[in-house]
Amino acid sequence: MSRRHIISLLMENEAGALSRVAGLFSARAYNIESLTVAPTEDATLSRMTIVTVGSEDIIEQITKQLNKLVDVIKVMDLTEGSHIERELMLVKLRAVGADREEIKRTADIFRGNIIDVTESTYTIELTGAGSKLDAFLEAIDSASIIETVRTGASGIGRGERSLKV
Amino acid sequence: MIFYQFMEATGAEIVVRCLAEEGVEFVFGYPGGAVLNIYDEIFKQNKFKHVLVRHEQAAVHAADAYARSTGRVGVALVTSGPGVTNAVTGIATAYMDSIPIVVVTGQVPTPAIGLDAFQEVDTVGITRPCVKHNFLVKDVKDLAATMKKAFIIAATGRPGPVVVDVPKDVTYHTTDFEYPATVEMRSYSPVVKGHSGQMKRAVQMLLEAKRPMIYAGGGVVLGDASEQLAELTRLLGFPITNTLMGLGGYPATDRQNLGMLGMHGTYEANMAMQHSDVLLAVGARFDDRVIGNPAHFAREQRRIIHIDVDPSSISKRVKVDVPIVGDVKNVLTDMLALLKQAKEKPDVAALNAWWTQIELWRSKNCLKYNRNSPIIKPQYVVEKLWEVTKGDAYVTSDVGQHQMWAAQYYKFDKPRRWINSGGLGTMGVGLPYAMGVQLAFPDAQVACITGESSIQMNIQELSTCKQYRIPVKVVTLNNRYMGMVRQWQEFFYGSRYAESYMESLPDFVKLAEAYGHVGMRIDRPEDVEAALKEAFSPALKERMVFMDFQTDQTENVFPMVEGGKGLSEMILAEEL
Repeated sequence: MSRRHIISLLMENEAGALSRVAGLFSARAYNIESLTVAPTEDATLSRMTIVTVGSEDIIEQITKQLNKLVDVIKVMDLTEGSHIERELMLVKLRAVGADREEIKRTADIFRGNIIDVTESTYTIELTGAGSKLDAFLEAIDSASIIETVRTGASGIGRGERSLKV
Repeated sequence: MIFYQFMEATGAEIVVRCLAEEGVEFVFGYPGGAVLNIYDEIFKQNKFKHVLVRHEQAAVHAADAYARSTGRVGVALVTSGPGVTNAVTGIATAYMDSIPIVVVTGQVPTPAIGLDAFQEVDTVGITRPCVKHNFLVKDVKDLAATMKKAFIIAATGRPGPVVVDVPKDVTYHTTDFEYPATVEMRSYSPVVKGHSGQMKRAVQMLLEAKRPMIYAGGGVVLGDASEQLAELTRLLGFPITNTLMGLGGYPATDRQNLGMLGMHGTYEANMAMQHSDVLLAVGARFDDRVIGNPAHFAREQRRIIHIDVDPSSISKRVKVDVPIVGDVKNVLTDMLALLKQAKEKPDVAALNAWWTQIELWRSKNCLKYNRNSPIIKPQYVVEKLWEVTKGDAYVTSDVGQHQMWAAQYYKFDKPRRWINSGGLGTMGVGLPYAMGVQLAFPDAQVACITGESSIQMNIQELSTCKQYRIPVKVVTLNNRYMGMVRQWQEFFYGSRYAESYMESLPDFVKLAEAYGHVGMRIDRPEDVEAALKEAFSPALKERMVFMDFQTDQTENVFPMVEGGKGLSEMILAEEL
């Protein structure tokens, strides 16, 4: 049965690190729903969060293949345990007339912030699990959406569960 | 070496000294603009020999064969751009068969990278999917450590090719040079020892087996574990089969060996594989040419123990019950110790019944062929080659029918004697492979079993053989067809032989002679043995001999498991 997994990994922060991971996924026909990457507090390390969908067998292969990459130091399937997932979304909405109040109310309910305002638009910043961001987009009139940009998920284990060198 | 410490050196000198420090004997290569500084340093040194090939693909194949036959890291050197793209086939070939090589590639100067400079390609990008790892060295200060890392990564764990891309400016920049004895890599630490609990479970399972089978792959050869494998197999009294890559990992002439398995494996090996109740897989990866359709394979209930240095090879195509990650030699050594301590013994009665069944399968004599043919049978040539060379030659092959006949009829009793492209199936490897082996073992008998189609894919290397007096013996099974393509077209495409007929063949005898070699054409079965004897006679020991055997055009490789079919669904040669 296919299931959504969030895989976190630490790798050497070298040129081409991202392409090694992205290339692996395309070469072996694995799905990538999202992929985020940035250096950690230790600038020699990159931390990557990959959201993928696959059966247990596929996820096992993905984990093994990632571990096999010479630059990869550690791999963890966050979804195997208790974890927190967050994603940032910026949404630009057409906001005129009565809609302005309605959109603001909806944003408040989702604990979003309006970070840019013009006479005709709002830009809302929203953080949460991917499903919450999806729910927000469902909740507003799709015709009013001008553009959305999402970072893809970042994840971290709860409590003592951590991924470090 | 103390002498080298803290001396200023150019990048080019560093490359050359690193290779010398690694004890490299041969560098196979081809010069060009981006590597001129490195070649200038090669000119000035005498630590290793450079072998000038006629095409970069052959440089990598020769380095690959050097590695396969010696167990040491092979080295190739090519220039940027087309030098690299020509080398890619060689790199991918080595990658698919997990062969340790280091390929040093020239690159345009760092300021020119990305500007579509003359002879620029994104080498790291192009090679990334077919290397174990690759490096672009942007700073001469990183060069020595990178070279060390390249050799460590290539040779350890599951071996593989490593590319080191060196921009031209880096080759003339200078730095203090010291070759590190080793380099720590926090991200790279292959598992060496097997898990003791898993090994105990495995030994228990083997001792409980009623219909056991040992399935040994290229990992046994690469891991130099054939002695341990032989001891374990004999101690248990179990049947064993070798994959194409594993041939020689267990002596072919031993009675416990059922021969090769897979698409063109023996009837007995495939049947025993399918009907076993406990399967010990050692350094093998259950690939499509070996077990056929995995769903069909899974129909029979069996428990599987899988030893492999690469965790990603385990449970990839076939779910296993006892995975053991580790160096094959270490794991087998530890399992042998456990076996010897065990109070239980293998079930002799069950084993006897199992062997009776196997002998019944074996009595089908699935490799028989018409020995009274007036036309030369390719199988006969291989059998005679085995006799004439007393089973002691290094045999390289190209890809196709001749490759399968070589694998089926040349009985390899020693590891590292059978050199072929198993994973990628690269036509054209045979001649450069033979060169790499012969240079590594100048006194050995080296035969390249090939076809008239494959040999033409790197025929230019006859020139390299001339330059370095490399006395390999080419055994061409010339059936005027791309034989394996023709066979599939006969079986699955209504005998419509689309583009598989090799027209306008050269006169190979004259061609060989044009390069200063000995050419022979053999048309009749009764001349086969004499030709081979002459080719391997002391009189021609120093000469490269090209034998053109005119073989039966209609001969097919049997047994055969059709693609997508199960292992026990073999097509056998019609009763003769």
